[in-house]
Amino acid sequence: MRDEQLLEVIERYLNGDMGADERRAFEQLRIENADIDSRVIEHQQFTGLLKQYGERVELENRLNAIHHEIDVYALVEEVTVHPVWIVQLWRHHHSKISVAASIAIFAVLAILFISGNLNNNSSYTELRREVDKLRQYNKSHVTTTGGAQSLPSNKIQTDKYRGTGFALTSNGLIVTNYHVVSGADSVYVQDVAGRSFKVKVLYTEPQNDIAILKITDTAFKGLGTIPYTFKRSESDLAENVFTYGYPQDSPVYGDGRLTSSNGLNGDTIDYEISVPINPGNSGGPLLDSKGNIIGIVKAKETHLEGVHFALKSGYLLDAIQNIPTDSLTHKPVLNTKNTLAGLSREQQIKKLKNYVFMVKVYN
Amino acid sequence: MSKDLKSSTPTDSEIVFGILNNSESAIKRLYVAYFPMVLQLIINNNGTADDAKDIYQEAIIVLYNKIKKGDFELNSKLKTFIYSVCRRLWLKRLSQMNRYGGDIRDFQEYSPVEDEVEQHAERDIQFSKMQSALQLLGEPCKTIIEDFYINNRSMQEICENFGYTNADNAKTQKYKCLQRLKKLFFQQK
Repeated sequence: MRDEQLLEVIERYLNGDMGADERRAFEQLRIENADIDSRVIEHQQFTGLLKQYGERVELENRLNAIHHEIDVYALVEEVTVHPVWIVQLWRHHHSKISVAASIAIFAVLAILFISGNLNNNSSYTELRREVDKLRQYNKSHVTTTGGAQSLPSNKIQTDKYRGTGFALTSNGLIVTNYHVVSGADSVYVQDVAGRSFKVKVLYTEPQNDIAILKITDTAFKGLGTIPYTFKRSESDLAENVFTYGYPQDSPVYGDGRLTSSNGLNGDTIDYEISVPINPGNSGGPLLDSKGNIIGIVKAKETHLEGVHFALKSGYLLDAIQNIPTDSLTHKPVLNTKNTLAGLSREQQIKKLKNYVFMVKVYN
Repeated sequence: MSKDLKSSTPTDSEIVFGILNNSESAIKRLYVAYFPMVLQLIINNNGTADDAKDIYQEAIIVLYNKIKKGDFELNSKLKTFIYSVCRRLWLKRLSQMNRYGGDIRDFQEYSPVEDEVEQHAERDIQFSKMQSALQLLGEPCKTIIEDFYINNRSMQEICENFGYTNADNAKTQKYKCLQRLKKLFFQQK
């Protein structure tokens, strides 16, 4: 039997087109001939698969036709869960946002680096800049110093930097800030009456920003009894404090409060005070209402209004103790009798003014 | 339109008996009723509307075959079954595309349907083999085979369509075509 004929017979068998006799004969043949039997099974499976394939294609076409009738776009809008806008923004633009953020961070770091703000003593550097600005805007008024390096004077050609100092003893020991006199060729102090005396720098403590000067001028006849005393213990927060100094040619009084027992970045050697201070106030006395010296006016925070710093007087007392004995004829004796206490502020200033000096630095 | 149809969600038994009775409207109602649910699943899990269509139609086919085979038990909900199959298919698709981020946002409860999906996948492979074999077969063989074995046309009709002078020629042609189709089908890996 040829293959083609066999196939036709198999198909007739599978389709049930055979008569009863023929069918029985063929089934007998399947049992006897395993080869024919397997051909039957194979054909049945293959045509079955073909049939199912056809059904599948037809079903898919039907589904597509149904799908075609659905308004998918409207549904998409309806079922989409819209996350909050910030999440959406992040999802859609996170790469851009990341790049922008990195650039911003880089730019900030670069600016900080260029402007020197990455240094620890940023406010001192800033102060210097502040001073420069002040000089530009206010040339005729501000001629004195106060910053780390102080500023060149425009009005008075002779002296280069200025600060304030105040007397420690009646025999002419004066204290000011180290930064006022650092790098000086010669230093003079000028009293309230306008008389200048030559001083020498007796002792310095750069780490505490203290310089102790001694009037060496022969014209100097000594001061009267110092009216104020020096307070070793720390003063309390919110205490009323005042200062007196030479940010300009004439002395300037300023008062305020002790706002923090720590200075810049928590520096424990300084107080933070709210007393108005300008370049030139550096080295001036900081007194409490009873007329005790509690600190030395030192610096200001330029980023913030009304934040100024004063060295605690305890460090001044230590510095006095540390003055080498061979540079002194005798140990300095500090005044212990306060004659300012109980006076009105005007009276206090009247007494105080004779003991506060303008420090003029030449180099 | 979809809203009107959605409001008339058919009951499960309506659908099952409808499909068993080859009711055209049953499939349509089924399709329209649950498409939004699947669209929601796919759209909100990194898919498009076209993905949703593919996945949903596959799931409908799985369900259809299961009902036709008579082993769909009415105790499990049609909705859950469809959702589960779609979820399973979509997870598979996502991992094939390497877009699967490890979690999927679910909107319905679901049940395990791995067996159904696996069976369906195997069948799909057979069908796609058949499809490409038929493509390779070319005309007129493709039409002769489709007419005879799929559309149940008689040899007489086929003879007339193709202008064969006698049925024997047509039979010989059909035989050759079938042999070639088998060869093409089994050659494929």
